[in-house]
Amino acid sequence: MASEEMEQLVRREYKQGFVTDIESDTVPPGLDESTIAFISQKKEEPQWMLEWRLEAYHQWLKMTPPSWAHLEYPPIDYQAISYFSAPKKPEDRPQSLDEVDPKLLETYEKLGIPLHERAALAGVAVDAVFDSVSVTTTFKEKLHEAGVIFCSISEAIREYPELVRQYLGTVVPQSDNYFAALNSAVFTDGSFVYVPEGVKCPMELSTYFRINAANTGQFERTLIVCDKRAQVSYLEGCTAPQRDENQLHAAVVELVALEDAYIKYSTVQNWYPGDEDGKGGIYNFVTKRGDCRGDRSRISWTQVETGSAITWKYPSCMLRGKESVGEFYSVAVTNGRQQADTGTKMIHIGENTRSTIVAKGIAAGRSDQAYRGLVKIGPRAKGARNYTQCDSLLIGDQCGAHTFPYQEIGNSTATVEHEATTSKIADDQLFYCRARGIDEEDAVSMIVNGFCKDVFQELPMEFAVEAEALLNVTLEGSVG
Amino acid sequence: MLEVKDLHVTVEDKAILKGLNLTINAGEVHAIMGPNGAGKSTLSAVIAGKDGYEVTQGTILFEGQDVLEMEIEERARAGLLLGFQYPVEIPGVKNIYLLKAALNAQRAARGEGEIPAPEFMKLVREKSAEMKMDPSFLQRAVNEGFSGGEKKRNEILQMLVLQPKLAMLDEIDSGLDIDAMKVVADGVNSLRDANRAILLVTHYQRLLNHIEPDHVHVLVDGRIVKSGDKDLALELEARGYDWVLEGSAA
Repeated sequence: MASEEMEQLVRREYKQGFVTDIESDTVPPGLDESTIAFISQKKEEPQWMLEWRLEAYHQWLKMTPPSWAHLEYPPIDYQAISYFSAPKKPEDRPQSLDEVDPKLLETYEKLGIPLHERAALAGVAVDAVFDSVSVTTTFKEKLHEAGVIFCSISEAIREYPELVRQYLGTVVPQSDNYFAALNSAVFTDGSFVYVPEGVKCPMELSTYFRINAANTGQFERTLIVCDKRAQVSYLEGCTAPQRDENQLHAAVVELVALEDAYIKYSTVQNWYPGDEDGKGGIYNFVTKRGDCRGDRSRISWTQVETGSAITWKYPSCMLRGKESVGEFYSVAVTNGRQQADTGTKMIHIGENTRSTIVAKGIAAGRSDQAYRGLVKIGPRAKGARNYTQCDSLLIGDQCGAHTFPYQEIGNSTATVEHEATTSKIADDQLFYCRARGIDEEDAVSMIVNGFCKDVFQELPMEFAVEAEALLNVTLEGSVG
Repeated sequence: MLEVKDLHVTVEDKAILKGLNLTINAGEVHAIMGPNGAGKSTLSAVIAGKDGYEVTQGTILFEGQDVLEMEIEERARAGLLLGFQYPVEIPGVKNIYLLKAALNAQRAARGEGEIPAPEFMKLVREKSAEMKMDPSFLQRAVNEGFSGGEKKRNEILQMLVLQPKLAMLDEIDSGLDIDAMKVVADGVNSLRDANRAILLVTHYQRLLNHIEPDHVHVLVDGRIVKSGDKDLALELEARGYDWVLEGSAA
């Protein structure tokens, strides 16, 4: 079908398909053009945005889910998912913490989550989520003074359409992959950050502080742009285990760093991994990519992945500017029946670009995980350098860890180093600690935290402390 | 203090200890000597609780408690501490952190609270000076990149901080040059106390020139075939293990 014809068809359906539905707050399960039009209408989006979504949808229809990952899960019925629903009505949610799974509360206790936040995390119907209205206000004022834009993506599309239009989809194109295409068609939430030229963002930005962030969307879309010489540190996620009604999560994160800009993006992901058999856990299929567009720009990904039933995630860097720098520091922990296929891609395009990859995988229980990394050196990337280190630690003998490093070197002046180790949590190390009087669980957490140290020290301070606590809770009961 | 009776141990179905008897009283220093493969290291490993050793017969009592019924960490907290022949490296875990965790675990078992940080720092600085270890060692990862001699000194440092009732030192002299041997021996000697016992496992007599034992036992083929005082070690040095074997066969 010619694109013109398609567009016509789209417009026609747009007119007819969704109008009648506007009154309602939720669309029935299923995905077609009218669903997308409904979402766009609900979000009061301009026409170009709707067209962009529909374009993505048509690409998606022609695509098939990826099968190369080292994961096993039943086929997902995309027609069974509801793509837009208003937040749950208070009467449908647990009315108090007494109605919440005690196991979940126990975990909050162990992580030291303040009482008033526990209710919000567990989805309890409370009006004042955080008693932090004043905090949020001062926070907004400070950002405004600095000229930093930080708002939801929907708000950005309405308030800053030119900026969004200029950058959206330029790092992760609509047709990039199956899940990115789906996200482009139906995303309903996410963050937008713009740091203007020469500005160093005066504080670490966190979705935690963003108003409206109480319900994380199933299809989140985040776009962060750092103009020339600008800097920002962005924290995503929360160490508390979050439950969600939606099983499939397909987020897209795009980062753009112009000349001499620096973006540091840290994630602590702890979605509900499901019960002991993996039932009810979240599928987390995320596309994260940073574009070092300007010379000497730098993008750094740090992630601690402990949750989800299935994780499929490869934060990547396109190193286009000369002397630009990409970094990836990752700790992935799987326990129980969890599966994770994660890693990174460093695409060296510009001259003298540098990248560092430090990936630590810890598998316990009957979990399975894979590190998958691509280092690609383009023909023009004279003098490019990469250093990769991936280490896996196995706890027990029923788990698995796999490493799939790919290298494509198109320039003979490049230097690429790769180091990989797989070790069982050494019985020797465990015995050594226990023979000093340290009990087994403390010994395991000590050894595992030591193993992750290179990555934890890249995390912002408060995140690092939480990450250690989280690691201990995740691995609880994994030995003995 | 320690009473080992008729101890039989197999490793992967192979009999290593075949009826070993040993009694150690408070205040004594015992040395176990013997040829390679006699089961010297097995004895201290079994007492400490290492996996992979099956006790098929016999008992081990420590201050009247059945050691074989205790978890590894319980044994350590009761005051049984093993100094390793090959101390393992634990990347990313600071030496001082391990020391503190171990000391606090032992204090907790005795119903004492955690040691206050200033007191701990003072203790550790003092003891590392005794072991002639630069304080920077405390901030390094446990044994990572340590030389053989540094690892052994670190083992003794742990003993000095943890103050066990029975210190078992497995081939603590292996791989040490003469200066390091002196430092290690001084450390061990400073542990000598009327309320404490020390069990040395060694292949060579030279360690015993620095740490004078009260009792020397010769372990051959899973059994103690001869016991004596420090002169026995000298005699062994002069005449070799074959001499004991012939003697015991006769």
